[in-house]
Amino acid sequence: MGCSDQKCGCGNSNELVSLQLKVPANDYGCKTPSNDPVPTSKPYIIGGIETRAGEIPQISARLDWKDYLGAFKVRWGIRRDQYRVDPGLYAVGIPNDRSDIFVTANYKFSFDLVRKNLNGVNAWLLVLDTKGVNVWCAAGKGTFGTKELVRRIQLTSLDKVVIHRRLILPQLGATGVAAHLVKEVSGFTVIYGPVRATDIPAFVQANYKASKEMRRVKFDWYDRLKLVPNDIIYNMRYLLTMLIVISVLSGINANGYSMQQALRNIVPIAKIVAAGYIAGIVFTPLLLPYIPTRNFSFKGLILGAIVSMLLFLNHSLDGGLMVNFAEIFFISSFSSFLAMNFTGASTYTSLAGVKKEMKIAIPVQVIFGAIAVMLLVLEIAI
Amino acid sequence: MERLRYFSEVLTLDLIQEKCNNCGMCVKVCPHEVFELKDKKVRIIGRDFCMECGACKRNCPQGAIVLDVGDGCGCAAGIIQGAFNGTAPTCGGPDKGTCCN
Ligand code: SF4
Ligand code: SF4
Repeated sequence: MGCSDQKCGCGNSNELVSLQLKVPANDYGCKTPSNDPVPTSKPYIIGGIETRAGEIPQISARLDWKDYLGAFKVRWGIRRDQYRVDPGLYAVGIPNDRSDIFVTANYKFSFDLVRKNLNGVNAWLLVLDTKGVNVWCAAGKGTFGTKELVRRIQLTSLDKVVIHRRLILPQLGATGVAAHLVKEVSGFTVIYGPVRATDIPAFVQANYKASKEMRRVKFDWYDRLKLVPNDIIYNMRYLLTMLIVISVLSGINANGYSMQQALRNIVPIAKIVAAGYIAGIVFTPLLLPYIPTRNFSFKGLILGAIVSMLLFLNHSLDGGLMVNFAEIFFISSFSSFLAMNFTGASTYTSLAGVKKEMKIAIPVQVIFGAIAVMLLVLEIAI
Repeated sequence: MERLRYFSEVLTLDLIQEKCNNCGMCVKVCPHEVFELKDKKVRIIGRDFCMECGACKRNCPQGAIVLDVGDGCGCAAGIIQGAFNGTAPTCGGPDKGTCCN
C-alpha cells in the first residue's frame, strides 16, 4: 500500500525462503523499538503504549510539514537514501491486544501513507526492514518477504502483544510473501489488504474485504505525472553525457578542430538534447496510452519524431537541412532510449517483455544515432 | 480507464486445473485481474495483462501456477545496469535506482 505512489514493475526474486524458527535477537544490528527505550529524536513518535512485550512507541497519525517536505524531496531525488524508518512495531492511536496489525515497509513514504490513513483507528503497525525500499519493489527483491516477516514477528514478540493471529499486508507485498508459509511457521494468518493505502479505511469498513477496485493496480495520468520529477533527475546523467560528448565532437571541422566552434555550439546542442529529453521523459509517460504500439521505445521514437518535426517546421532547429535531419534522427533516438527506461517505472511490464523489446530497440536507437553522425560527417565533408 | 497492455506472446503464465483447489488466493493477490473465481471455479480471464510479478505463484498453496519468473524486473534501466555490472538485472540498490525507491 505504501507502494501506491512510486513503484516499478519489479516482481521477481529468486530469494530462497529458508525459514528459521529461532532467530537470535537483533542479528540484523537493527534496533527493534520493542526492546529499546523509546527513541525521542523521531518527530513522529509521540508516546508509548505498555504491552506484555514491553513499551511500544506510539506514533502520530497526522503528518506535519516536515513529512510533506520530506516527501517532496523524495520526489525530486534529494537525499532519498536517508528516508528510512527504524523497523519494528509501532502503535497508532491506543491499540490493545485485540487491535489489528498492519504491515508495511521501512521506506518513510510508505510508512507515512499508512499511518496517515490509519488516522482515527487504534492499530499496530509492523514495519519490516526493506532497506528503505517501497513495498512492491522490496517484495520483488524478496526483502519484503516471508523470511523478514516471520523474523520481525519474532523480534517484536508479536504473539505477546496481541491475542489474535491476524496480519493485514498490502496486497503488493504478495509478490514476496507466501501467506501459507507465514501461517505454517508463525501461526499468523495473512490477510491481503488493498493495493493503495488510501483504501484502508474503506477496506476495514467492508469487513476486511478488498473489492475488485481496491485490488487493481492502476497507472493513470496522475500516477505517471508523479513519476516525472524523479525521472528528470535520475536521467540527468544521460542528458549531461550527451551534451558534453556532442559539444566536444562539434568542434571538429574541415580544417581540424576548433575549440571556439565547440563552445559556440553548446547552446544549440543543449536545445536539441533537451528536446529529446523532454519528449522521452515528460511527453511519453504522460501520453502513454494514447500513443499507438505497446513498445515503450517505439512510443518514445514516435514522440521524439513528432517533437523534432514540429521544431523543424517551426524553424526552431539550427543549421542547414542536412544538420536538421541529423537533429531529427538524434532527438528520436534519444527520446526512444529514455522512454525505454520508463518500463521500470510502469506497472505492467514483464521482464521477458522488456528483454524482447530491448533486442529490437537498442539496435534501432544505435542505427538512428549512426545516421545522425553520418549526416553530420557529410555536412563537414561537403 | 483503458487498460494498458504489454507484449503477451512472451508470457509464461499457466494454471494447472488438476492441482488447483479453487481456493481463490491467486484472485486476491493479482494486481491485474488476471484470474476470476466464478461458480467456485478459478480460471484465467486476462492473461494478456499479466506482468509476471509472481504474486500468484508464490501464494498458491497447491503449486498449481506455472510461471517462469525471470531473474529481475521488467525494467530496461535495470537490465542495462545489470549488463554493466555483469549481473542479473538490478535496480541499482535501494540508494540509487530510478524506480525502486
Ligand atoms: S491459488 Fe492456486 S490452488 Fe488457489 S485457486 Fe489459485 S491456482 Fe488454485
Ligand atoms: S504473475 Fe502477477 S500479474 Fe501475472 S497472473 Fe500472477 S499475480 Fe497476476
